[in-house]
Amino acid sequence: MRLELVRRPEQSRRMAMLSPLLAIALTLVSGAILFAALGHDPVRALGVYFIEPLTTSWSVQELLVKATPLVMIAVGLAICYLSNNWNIGAEGQFTFGAIAGSGVALSLNSWDSGLLLPLMLVAGILGGMAWAAIPAFLKTRFNTNEILTSLMLVYVAQLLLDWLVRGPWRDPGGYNFPESEVFSDAATMPLLIAGSRLHIGAVFAVLAVVVAAIMLGATLKGFEIRVLGQAPKAGSFAGFSRTRLTVFAFLLSGGLAGLAGISEVSGTIGQLRPTISPGYGFAAIIVAFLGRLNPIGILVAGLLLALSYLGGEAAQVSLGISDKITKVFQGMLLIYVLACDTFILYRPRLVRANPTGEAAHGRA
Amino acid sequence: MKKIIAAAAAALALAVVPAQAEKLKVGFVYVGPVGDHGWSYQHNQGRLAVEEALGDQVETTFVENVSEGPDAERTIERLAHDGNKLIFTTSFGFMNPTLKVAKKFPDVKFEHATGYKRADNVATYSARFYEGRYVIGQIAAKMSKTGTVGYIGSFPIPEVVRGINSFMLGAQSVNPDMKVKVVWVNSWYDPGKEADAAKALIDQGADVISQHTDSPAPLQVAEERGIVGFGQASDMIRFAPKAQLTAIVDNWSDYYIARTKAVIDGSWKSEDAWGGFAANMVNMAPYTNLPEDVVKMAEETAARIKSGELHPFAGPITKQDGSEAVKAGETLGDDVLLGMNWYVKGVDDKLPE
Repeated sequence: MRLELVRRPEQSRRMAMLSPLLAIALTLVSGAILFAALGHDPVRALGVYFIEPLTTSWSVQELLVKATPLVMIAVGLAICYLSNNWNIGAEGQFTFGAIAGSGVALSLNSWDSGLLLPLMLVAGILGGMAWAAIPAFLKTRFNTNEILTSLMLVYVAQLLLDWLVRGPWRDPGGYNFPESEVFSDAATMPLLIAGSRLHIGAVFAVLAVVVAAIMLGATLKGFEIRVLGQAPKAGSFAGFSRTRLTVFAFLLSGGLAGLAGISEVSGTIGQLRPTISPGYGFAAIIVAFLGRLNPIGILVAGLLLALSYLGGEAAQVSLGISDKITKVFQGMLLIYVLACDTFILYRPRLVRANPTGEAAHGRA
Repeated sequence: MKKIIAAAAAALALAVVPAQAEKLKVGFVYVGPVGDHGWSYQHNQGRLAVEEALGDQVETTFVENVSEGPDAERTIERLAHDGNKLIFTTSFGFMNPTLKVAKKFPDVKFEHATGYKRADNVATYSARFYEGRYVIGQIAAKMSKTGTVGYIGSFPIPEVVRGINSFMLGAQSVNPDMKVKVVWVNSWYDPGKEADAAKALIDQGADVISQHTDSPAPLQVAEERGIVGFGQASDMIRFAPKAQLTAIVDNWSDYYIARTKAVIDGSWKSEDAWGGFAANMVNMAPYTNLPEDVVKMAEETAARIKSGELHPFAGPITKQDGSEAVKAGETLGDDVLLGMNWYVKGVDDKLPE
């Protein structure tokens, strides 16, 4: 006897909408079992994990700070993935955008002008675009696998950053420690709330969501992305160019990742360091799929993933639970989302052993 | 009804508040996992020592595996929000985040390890690990047959470069022709990379391994390959019973207890502490797998460093490029040591610039 997955003739729209919620519910139930097994009161533990971070204004602000780069990157990735371009290297585009923007900030650190920050942001976007243009070019020109090239370029960007902060961009007054100078006020993102870390990058993230939602839902470009992504041949007949769309998708997602990079460096860190991201570019891939490649969904998913990070920290501090719990939760969430999606598309069927076929094998 | 509630609230306040007010909450931020058996493990030992020494007077919490990026500031601020009045941030990369949070919480005391920026409520502390490095350099030179030692570095920051130089000067004091090969793994804790680096170094002829990374992996490789090495930050003998010769053990317990007491009795001040053997901040693990004469030499050297008779960076010292770093009869000052970005003569590596 074996289990088979059979494609459902019709997919339930309602279940498709409910699937992420179901996944979250399953994650919570599994989490409760996990906490109970660790010897903690599951209700209190889940409360600390998922509710407490939402109860003080400080932690809500921090939640938004954390979600900002995730959402910004994931929106770009969603458009990439919808068009069947597998950009896995957002982390590298994030890093290179941060490098490009910081280059402007550091070379003009004494220039006290309102133009400095916009210039940095533009440089960040262009930097991210440039880094994403490499796999796009290799794919369109030589048919290279973009998954591989974009991923490999992550490490190149990270090592470049490493070299810069240890070498040419090292703070001359910093005892040779690998850090750039601290950015001047003019090179720092304005805060939305004084005294917090919430900067205008959050506004950019929301703008990116709105623009992407409109583009995907109500413009010819959105139609082109979907058609070429799902049925490349049909798209070609309709006169859409796959090459141009690949370049477009990479530049868009690279630009957004670059913007996220410079926003993070200028807004939350305030200087260039060897580590500027705890893996936002990769976590954003989870966010993109958790949000079902839909900009609004991504906004929600980004907040949820950010909550899982903050909750993990809260659980460490107030319950003494290992930090690995955060990773377990994120893993469970992704598995349940994928599992729920699979069961919407497919129906499990128990197949009895085929007597003739099995017998033939057995006696041969 | 109102009265009952008021009475209950009052009772609650009486019962709960005084007990809490007596306890000092102390927070710790670690860059690695507590189970790294190296740097973060040793800081956590310090935390446990505070709990043991001060018992009911304190309540400690920690957050482990905190990335030195944008998350650090939030983690530190969370501990401050959580009512911790003394917070130890135990990695260099937490420096600017610590200072930023300290500005927002003037009544909270902060202690930042291995940094150089202070404020009224931010003190800094570190240990003179290089004293131990000199001792193991001497041991390595005695034990190496190939005359080549492999050295696994984390990041080329002054602290690590200083360690390599001190190790080299110790080795050269025994055998002037000793060679040190360095591999940088660009991580404080990455057992896989550290093990690979150890293998590469052994394949290049190193028969003693020294490390400035936090996992026992290089020592385990040494054990497998039948060569010897040194533990880092904590005594790693149980990971390499045949390979570990000794280990440089960080001892934060005394410092953490003293500083916590200082906050409790109100005598805490922002200072810079940089202690070595003499301050009991650095210790040598028991000498194992060594001939008696080498043990004797190591013990004597450690005692001479402790008493101040011997300074690892006493002149004459020649830089790698052949220029003179310090004349005979003089010693490099702390200011030079703190910003060290050059190798001494004989190190077979180019500093990543």
